[in-house]
Amino acid sequence: MQLRTAYNSRDNSPLRYIDWFTVVLYAILVIGGVVSIYAASYQFDNAGIFEFSMFSGKQMMWIGISVVIGFCILLLDRRIYDAYAYPVYVAIILLLILTIFIAPNVKGSHSWIVMGPISIQPAEFGKFATALALAKLFSGYNFTLNKSYTNYLKAGLIIVLPIVLIILQRETGSALVYTSLIFVLYREGMSGFVLFAGFCSVLFFVIAIKYTEVLFWSIPLGEALVFIGIMLLVVGMLFIYCRSWELGRNTALGYIGGCAVAALLSYFGIDVNGTIFFVALISASVIYLLIAMFRENVRKAFVAIIFAAASMLFLFSVNYAFGKLESYQQLRIKVTLGIEDDIRGVGYNVNQSKIAIGSGGFLGKGLLNGTQTKLRYVPEQHTDFIFCTIGEEEGFVGSTIVLVLFLALILRIIHIAERQRTAFGRVYAYCVASYFIFHLAINIGMVIGLCPVIGIPLPFFSYGGSSILGFTILLALLLRIDASRRESVN
Amino acid sequence: MRKDYNLERRKYVIGGFIILIVAIYIIKLFELQVCDDKYKVNADTNAFLRKTLYPSRGLMYDRNGELVVFNQPAYDVVMIPRDVQPFDTADFCNTLQISRETFDKRMSDLKNPRKNPNYSLYSPQTFMTHLSAKDYGRLQEKLYRFPGFFIQKRVLRQYNYTAAANVLGNIREVNAREIEKDDYYRPGDYTGDLGVEKSYETYLRGQKGVEILIRDAFGKIKGKYDNGNQDIAPISGKDLKLSIDIKLQQYGERLMQNKIGAIVAIEPATGEVLALVSSPTYDPNLLVGRIRGKNYKMLFNDTRRKPLFDRAIMAAYPPGSTFKPTQGLILRQEGIVTPSTMYPCSHGFICGRLKVGCHAHGSPIALKPALQTSCNSYFCWGFKHMLDRHSKYGTTADAFEVWKKHLVSMGYGYKLGIDLPGESRGFIPNSAYYNRAYGEGRWSANTIISVAIGQGEVLATPLQIANLCATIANRGYFITPHVVKEIVGVGLPHRLHEKHYPTVDRAYYNEIVEGMRMAVTGGTCRRAAFGDVAVCGKTGTAQNPHGKDHSAFMGFAPMDNPKIAICVYVENAGFGATYGVPIGSLMMEMYLNGEISESRKYMETQMLEASTTGYPRTFISNNKPKPYTESNATKDSIQ
Repeated sequence: MQLRTAYNSRDNSPLRYIDWFTVVLYAILVIGGVVSIYAASYQFDNAGIFEFSMFSGKQMMWIGISVVIGFCILLLDRRIYDAYAYPVYVAIILLLILTIFIAPNVKGSHSWIVMGPISIQPAEFGKFATALALAKLFSGYNFTLNKSYTNYLKAGLIIVLPIVLIILQRETGSALVYTSLIFVLYREGMSGFVLFAGFCSVLFFVIAIKYTEVLFWSIPLGEALVFIGIMLLVVGMLFIYCRSWELGRNTALGYIGGCAVAALLSYFGIDVNGTIFFVALISASVIYLLIAMFRENVRKAFVAIIFAAASMLFLFSVNYAFGKLESYQQLRIKVTLGIEDDIRGVGYNVNQSKIAIGSGGFLGKGLLNGTQTKLRYVPEQHTDFIFCTIGEEEGFVGSTIVLVLFLALILRIIHIAERQRTAFGRVYAYCVASYFIFHLAINIGMVIGLCPVIGIPLPFFSYGGSSILGFTILLALLLRIDASRRESVN
Repeated sequence: MRKDYNLERRKYVIGGFIILIVAIYIIKLFELQVCDDKYKVNADTNAFLRKTLYPSRGLMYDRNGELVVFNQPAYDVVMIPRDVQPFDTADFCNTLQISRETFDKRMSDLKNPRKNPNYSLYSPQTFMTHLSAKDYGRLQEKLYRFPGFFIQKRVLRQYNYTAAANVLGNIREVNAREIEKDDYYRPGDYTGDLGVEKSYETYLRGQKGVEILIRDAFGKIKGKYDNGNQDIAPISGKDLKLSIDIKLQQYGERLMQNKIGAIVAIEPATGEVLALVSSPTYDPNLLVGRIRGKNYKMLFNDTRRKPLFDRAIMAAYPPGSTFKPTQGLILRQEGIVTPSTMYPCSHGFICGRLKVGCHAHGSPIALKPALQTSCNSYFCWGFKHMLDRHSKYGTTADAFEVWKKHLVSMGYGYKLGIDLPGESRGFIPNSAYYNRAYGEGRWSANTIISVAIGQGEVLATPLQIANLCATIANRGYFITPHVVKEIVGVGLPHRLHEKHYPTVDRAYYNEIVEGMRMAVTGGTCRRAAFGDVAVCGKTGTAQNPHGKDHSAFMGFAPMDNPKIAICVYVENAGFGATYGVPIGSLMMEMYLNGEISESRKYMETQMLEASTTGYPRTFISNNKPKPYTESNATKDSIQ
């Protein structure tokens, strides 16, 4: 009896099965974050790291609050989260709606609820609520995504609702974070082609927009490159996905022959319109594949046909869509792609942040020795551009360590996700992983000039109470759910 | 729960995706931080304002320690276009006392790549140079209102004496070519132009220092970097002690006023140039500060007076009879004549139909009296005998080459290597020259006889003539003439201490010295004698295609242990005795005795007042020329 009680109490304590690896990573990242914020806001006549007047001091307070709340989450029963997933989601959605109306205008965004000295950003709490709701949906009895389109609709609704509300708050960056949940849908059974299509769209878009200046065969080089890319991918699909040696070979030969004929014609001075040529060539291959499909019943070729047709359609809509974007967005995209060189305007942030990071060198200038961040050359240096401080003061070594720590955290979360015995736990964990992937990829990408400037924070490093609290709750919930993974399967 | 292993494999796609992203980012970081230095440089120009600290330029003293050239502060208004923010233009123009139009023009000039090829948003651009102390004070107080503008302290020259402009030179802004050639210079820097300022530039300029200031993103200076520990203090340029005696130089310039020509005085034992006068000349103050550009153009375009042309070292004149001592030396060295060899002179050198005129004196005549009376005939005969002595030399051309070699060893025909820019090499023809002119073997001593008396093709600078005089005074050696006695703290290059021995045996010089002494005691330069100093001299009257003969004189004093060797050359002034001799002797007297004796005052006045030109003025300055008076002289020297 004595023994059994002891066993029970140990078994019931959430701390018994907590994933200490994640906790340690969390602690390292949070401490690194405070030091970075202190360094980023450090001035020559400076107070200590714990002074409340400093950003780092305020951040310490928020970390304290986060740790307490996180601890509470760990102590509560796991079933509570299961039971209250929808109510929490609904509450947060209502809060997001409320925010649109009561939030003051802060630099054009209406996403902050100001309560005396404290302001919070409900969008940050939308993340865990959405994750819970999605997890709850997937944990429904006999629920699988591919069972019916209604299930897609339900999942889509849960994801799109916060996106719309946050866009209405004019906080596009935070809204885009939820698009990362496509990884969760993919993991839960969504066709890989959706991911592939998404990847191709981004690739084609970038190429088509980036190389508009140079002409190739009377059409912009970018367009030509996309056409060539489509042809290569179609052939590749026929070989690898359809496993049809004959179709692949014939299509490839057809493409090569077509290009050779066009080259010969232009050599003899007969002008070939590039667009018409490429469209005709690809269309011909589509017709060939259609005939082959019906005759020989190679059903998988259908994917290649759809791909070719959709890609061409997409390409033609890119220019149209790009023209529809607001001019500042166009500019941001162009600056990121390196088409426009505007170091005083939109590109200023990125240029200065590249200078700051680049000047760090291999080992960095040493903590608090950065000049670019100290002298305020980098705007938003303690929030979105906090990585500059790390890059400048800790150099390549420090930056790489931070990146690897994040990578370790994300991979650990995926590992945790896969060891869950419930769909609820797995889906929730994948949601957390997706958020981290998006934040890391976009934030670092923008700071080193590889992505457009989309204002989202670097988890645990960027200054901001809502951000640290939001991410702590996300992780604490994950740890709590993971800690009771052995309890029961229901 | 059923596990779908097919779906579980998708974790590798998701995990692989983020691994790929992180790998790309690490590669990009490596490129940014390790491979590319551009960002480090950018960061430094961002954060550090490197303010150049200009060193004080070296001062110049004369041989007696009189301060001749010193520095005055000047202030340039400089701006960094990137840092300029909107400001009250009217207030700015008011403060600098310029009109709005001037301001606009200056701004557009700065941005005009043709007028200002070094324009850059990030580097300091000189908006206005040489602010007066008053404007400087006014602007300094208001400077905070004009972000992006600052004041750069500069150094300008100031002169204690309005003399020796040709020796001293001046300073000017560097041009694009110099910036490219020498790493030291940045746009807007100053460099020496002409004279000692140019030839000793590397010593005079010193080393620039740098002050590193920290500047934030708003252009505000946040203080010194690393408490100034990384700053480099400028090192002042080296002072120069000139060998010029500034009083003597001034006196020489006065004697040469309203005449065209040059005076070169050398201390024979050391090769130090005591005075290097070129006339017409100009006030060195003309080329200081903002007025420099306009005045330089004026001097440069004055093709009639050519004030920038330093006749003392750049003009190649026919040396005339001052050339005869070299002939005497060569004839003796080559054994053509002995002290007792006599040549006839029947009012000239007559050989067949060729005749070179001479004046009345006894005949036949030996070497010393020939120097005393400046007999043309003697030296023509000697030259003819030398070139015709085929038994010794083979051909005329070979004999001529021997003759030429001796002259080159005495400093003729090539640059002497004085420490001033622009020296001319004069001209001594070689046999190839005559072969070209007349055809090989188709010329003889008679064809070119006039070179024997310093006429014809032979040309020499006054410096070369003075150097010959110093060689004779030294009885057979010279030291390359130089105008800088000492670079303070460094000394002087070895080449300016080295003795050069011409190819003539030193034993023969005494005969020449005696001949030159006889010319003063009872020959062509009797007027050169003063006091009880044993003066030696040789007149020269050089025919030239430009009009009246040039009047030349070379001499040294005292005969034993000479202190000064001098060459005076006055263009188109007639006989050597008319101007050359008196000016030369007055210079020597002034240098040796410090004053002109009462009995020779008439000669001084005569020379000061004499004019051999139709020019309005031979001293170009912004001030009205003062007629020379005794009171002026003392006032000037006190200055």
